[in-house]
Amino acid sequence: MTVQNISLWEVFIRSRNGLAHKHVGSLHAADAALALRAARDIYTRRGEGLSIWVVPSNAIIASDPADKEMLFEPAMSKIYRHPTFYDVPDEVGHM
Amino acid sequence: MYTQALNASQSDELTGEDAAKISRFEARVAAEERIEANDWMPAAYRKTLTRQISQHAHSEIVGMLPEGNWLTRAPTLRRKAALLAKVQDECGHGLYLYAAAETLGTSREELVDQMLSGKAKYSSIFNYPTLTWADIGTIGWLVDGAAIMNQIPLCRCSYGPYARAMIRVCKEESFHQRQGYEIMVTLSRGTPEQKAMAQGALDRWWWPCLMMFGPPDQQSQHGDQSTRWKIKRFSNDDLRQKFIDATVPQARYLDLKIPDDNLRWNEATGHWDYGDIDWQEFNNVLAGNGPCNRDRLAARRKAHDEGAWVREAALAYAEKQKRKTTAAA
Ligand SMILES: [Fe+2]
Ligand SMILES: [Fe+2]
Repeated sequence: MTVQNISLWEVFIRSRNGLAHKHVGSLHAADAALALRAARDIYTRRGEGLSIWVVPSNAIIASDPADKEMLFEPAMSKIYRHPTFYDVPDEVGHM
Repeated sequence: MYTQALNASQSDELTGEDAAKISRFEARVAAEERIEANDWMPAAYRKTLTRQISQHAHSEIVGMLPEGNWLTRAPTLRRKAALLAKVQDECGHGLYLYAAAETLGTSREELVDQMLSGKAKYSSIFNYPTLTWADIGTIGWLVDGAAIMNQIPLCRCSYGPYARAMIRVCKEESFHQRQGYEIMVTLSRGTPEQKAMAQGALDRWWWPCLMMFGPPDQQSQHGDQSTRWKIKRFSNDDLRQKFIDATVPQARYLDLKIPDDNLRWNEATGHWDYGDIDWQEFNNVLAGNGPCNRDRLAARRKAHDEGAWVREAALAYAEKQKRKTTAAA
């Protein structure tokens, strides 16, 4: 078959409760306008969202799973970045 | 994200599969970690999942045909709106699943071609005809009911993109089963003719529905490895039993008779015993000789061919817009 593959888009939706746009899946569409329409039909049939972003999949730069340790390990040992690391006397009450 | 798998798959084959990678992979699966598209995975895992997810996708798409058959003949506007919404959902399920399958490195176009050429399978159940309106009730109640039994454990499948697609699907399936059962309640409380129609549909769909869970455990080809890889959480026979146990009281409530003279409550096991399934019929349908195999494939091919101009036009328009933007810049 000679028909070229129709490009892939990633779909992000902001739900009703005002949270950030969240990745919900992907779809195929020839251009941005068709991608938006298809996203409406495929991912918001039950009022899942109030706003849609579509992004060409090949525009997304992803971290390499092999770099997981190098990227995220340094944060694991820094427990002093969390509030529970610090002692506040009970008498002071909630802080 | 999802497309990078298309590039990653090739290097997997080049590097070969060393034992250390395999054991690290199996340890992750054993620890209930999710495997993502860009993670290393054994070639056989990729192949098994590609086959399973794409077959699942084909089933959702072909599954629109038997129900679509009744869209213009639904008895009321309420029923018509519900059926239309259900069939749209099935289309959506097919698309979520193709997207999940693609993350493993095979394009949707290729997967669809495998189905249209008859090389890839879809669920045997969709090769049976929908002869009366009661078939639409029975499909929602039993076919979607069986699908739910199968799909709930898949929400915890080791492959992340598949598991996430199944979570979306399962959220939508419950309405499918309930609208089907509602049709059955209405028919079985209706005129004697309507009740007979409901019984007739149950008689025709019961055994094919039990076959949906696949061959008995002793004969199942993909069982062991899939269980070890946490693609499959329950055996075919376990799921089938669960389905029967859930369905018997529902049929009772409708005052319909399940067409199995050997159906008996087993006090000792706490399950319903059931009669022998005609696996010859199952194999026959899988081999392409069910009542509707040819019709279904012909309908899919026709829709695909007749839609070709739309795909071409959309691509040509996108190309033209792109040229315009480049010229203006
Ligand atoms: Fe479905
Ligand atoms: Fe369904």
